[in-house]
Amino acid sequence: MSTQSKQKTTVVPLASSADVAVAPHTQPMSGAEIVIQALVDQGVDTVFGYPGGAVLPIYDAIFKQDKVKHILVRHEQGAGHAAEGYARSSGKVGVVLVTSGPGATNVVTALTDALMDSIPMVCFTGQVPTHLIGTDAFQEADTTGITRACTKHNYLVKDVNDLANIIHEAFHVARSGRPGPVVIDLPKDIQFAPGTYVPAEQANLQMYQPQVNPDMTRIEAAVEMMATAKKPVFYTGGGVINAGPEASEYLTALVRATGFPITSTLMGLGAFPASDPQWLGMLGMHGTYEANWAMHDCDVMICIGARFDDRVTGKLDKFSPHSKKIHIDIDSSSINKNVRVDLPIVADAGKATKALLDVWQKKKCTADAPALQSWWKQIQAWRDIKCLSYTQSSAVIKPQYALERLNAHLQKSGRDVFITTEVGQHQMWAAQFLPFDKPNRWLTSGGLGTMGYGLPAGIGAQIANPDALVIDVAGEASILMNIQEMSTAVQFKLPVKIFILNNQWMGMVRQWQELLHGERYSHSYTDSLPDFVKLAEAYGGIGLRATTPDELDDVIAQMMTTDKVTIVDVRVCQSENCFPMIPSGKGHNEMILSADASQFDKKLV
Amino acid sequence: MARKKNSPVPAPSQSVYGADPVKQQAAYHTLSILVNNEPGVLARVVGLFSGRGYNIESLTVAETDTVNNLSRITVICSGTPMVIEQIKNLLSKLVPVHRVTDLTLFGPHVERELALIKVVGAGDKRIEALRTADIFRAKVVDSTLESFVFEVTGTSEKIDAFINLMRPLGLADVNRTGAAAISRGTHID
Repeated sequence: MSTQSKQKTTVVPLASSADVAVAPHTQPMSGAEIVIQALVDQGVDTVFGYPGGAVLPIYDAIFKQDKVKHILVRHEQGAGHAAEGYARSSGKVGVVLVTSGPGATNVVTALTDALMDSIPMVCFTGQVPTHLIGTDAFQEADTTGITRACTKHNYLVKDVNDLANIIHEAFHVARSGRPGPVVIDLPKDIQFAPGTYVPAEQANLQMYQPQVNPDMTRIEAAVEMMATAKKPVFYTGGGVINAGPEASEYLTALVRATGFPITSTLMGLGAFPASDPQWLGMLGMHGTYEANWAMHDCDVMICIGARFDDRVTGKLDKFSPHSKKIHIDIDSSSINKNVRVDLPIVADAGKATKALLDVWQKKKCTADAPALQSWWKQIQAWRDIKCLSYTQSSAVIKPQYALERLNAHLQKSGRDVFITTEVGQHQMWAAQFLPFDKPNRWLTSGGLGTMGYGLPAGIGAQIANPDALVIDVAGEASILMNIQEMSTAVQFKLPVKIFILNNQWMGMVRQWQELLHGERYSHSYTDSLPDFVKLAEAYGGIGLRATTPDELDDVIAQMMTTDKVTIVDVRVCQSENCFPMIPSGKGHNEMILSADASQFDKKLV
Repeated sequence: MARKKNSPVPAPSQSVYGADPVKQQAAYHTLSILVNNEPGVLARVVGLFSGRGYNIESLTVAETDTVNNLSRITVICSGTPMVIEQIKNLLSKLVPVHRVTDLTLFGPHVERELALIKVVGAGDKRIEALRTADIFRAKVVDSTLESFVFEVTGTSEKIDAFINLMRPLGLADVNRTGAAAISRGTHID
């Protein structure tokens, strides 16, 4: 068993002093220096953090080197989301460094967010010295206990000689299999203690070896199901993005080779180009009419890297009742969790998609052309409903119009664009109205739905992609949840654009109250909002405002040219609702397209 | 151990947010989980059950392999087939878990429990307790003039039966270990 060797990390002198950032290889390193050396070994260039008593030795080690850059946030939650944005936009592991107690508890939301959305992250939390653990010491919290349920794995380091191997294993666990956050709780005395470093290539990683290669007999069975399908649909998710850019290429090739329609979850947008005619748009609660109906009526569903979330399936017993389902997922516990599938394949989305494509081509498979043609005809009829249409206004800015204009400017600019969002109506509109042709360009809090995600995530994305245009499509309520990170953006000269669709309401809450709670708008209106233009200026950024449709284009054009963090306060229609919508507890075939009472039973129970 | 029957299916919900799915038939499964003997591993396993609302009927854990530093956790849990499958998948996903064996699905296996049972009494009841203990092959591990402590091993049902017989004879206290289980034959769990 591997466990024995894991306990006894072998003493290995460092190979070349040129690679050693901190200490000469003949000397034992302090725990803090081991942390830095392990980060360098793991290829980490940026750490998001906030200092405090229990991590001061690590901050001291950071001070003495220049290989790892530290981004000082204004709140630990911001550090977590920034690391998520960095990870999601770069494909690398995001790294967070916070202190004990409140530092650790503040990062819990971001850890949970990363767990739900499968974002690779390693978070170092300081801890009180080993001999004080359990004494209710100043700034002590049971960090491993608190984060057990919201991390993929966590460690409490008790021996400095285990530290290097733990860090390497943490990076391995965070990025392999289904990615996720890993916490390393590091008592202060361990950070001071001298210990032996183990280079990354000598680390023992046997403990965690998830299955990534698909079972080929199942791949062949899947291809057979696809080749005989009459009404097939691809349903893909964030797993394709996590499997790396080549997974998106294989997926695109496979979808084009088969000629099947494809829809995707919120997390999977960009894996298949939205400009392609086979693209149906996003599915789920606020997905398109054609995507949801195709899911409902299909006879073969090919699910790749998605997990049948309740926001996707709607009511389970009405979910795609007549289809055979193929489910490819790297996490076996996602299979048969919510929906019973006919052909489960546990594998990496990229490897499985490549295998499907290889077998499809090798066997010279073709789709059932006449059946597929009539399926596309049916889909066209659904598309003709034009479910995303809205009533234009010349007096007030419709949020959909604002995003359409934003998109027009983005397309015209030809720049590489990364969109982050907060959570709510604006997030759904952004998913509906902003098309993504490449993976890793869409950063949103899907699983946890964390308001306040977008600005720090945008900061992380901007750091990973300094030349790109990063835009946080925000709501005025969400943005206030992590507004302090404006200061981070100013300090590190990050020209993130915050495009606020300001309707003065917690829009999605208001929408549910209107549709489902008898128009009783309980605490969803925000009185006393700040003046966002002045707020931006107070932080040292740029503030812009558009209040009428005529002003919109000029303001967006101005935003595109700013070189500092910029808030655009777009005053939008207050009563606009986000449609189409599948009400909770309804099926894909029960979408509502407008708030028209005749279409929808508003009766509360 | 007394295992309850499932509660009847509740009336369908009228909520606009939709009803809970219809309850399926739940069954008991005995899982044998091989884990690294490291701090927090039991909390991880137990937390997985409590965090997702699954039931643990019995739990036994001890180090079983000192050379490789491994512990075995035996869990008896109840759930629908989908829930049991989910539990096994989630357990397998935990980093310090090496192997999860569903002994109920595997088939022939031995399940044993140990109980310590204190009976307080005098006269005929005391003699009857001793006689019954003999039938159950329970050992007397402590004795005073007014009390016995019996050690009994066997299936959970046998221990249930012994406890029930001791009730009128002065049953005072019970402690039991929960089931330990292993497959029959050459199979390695």
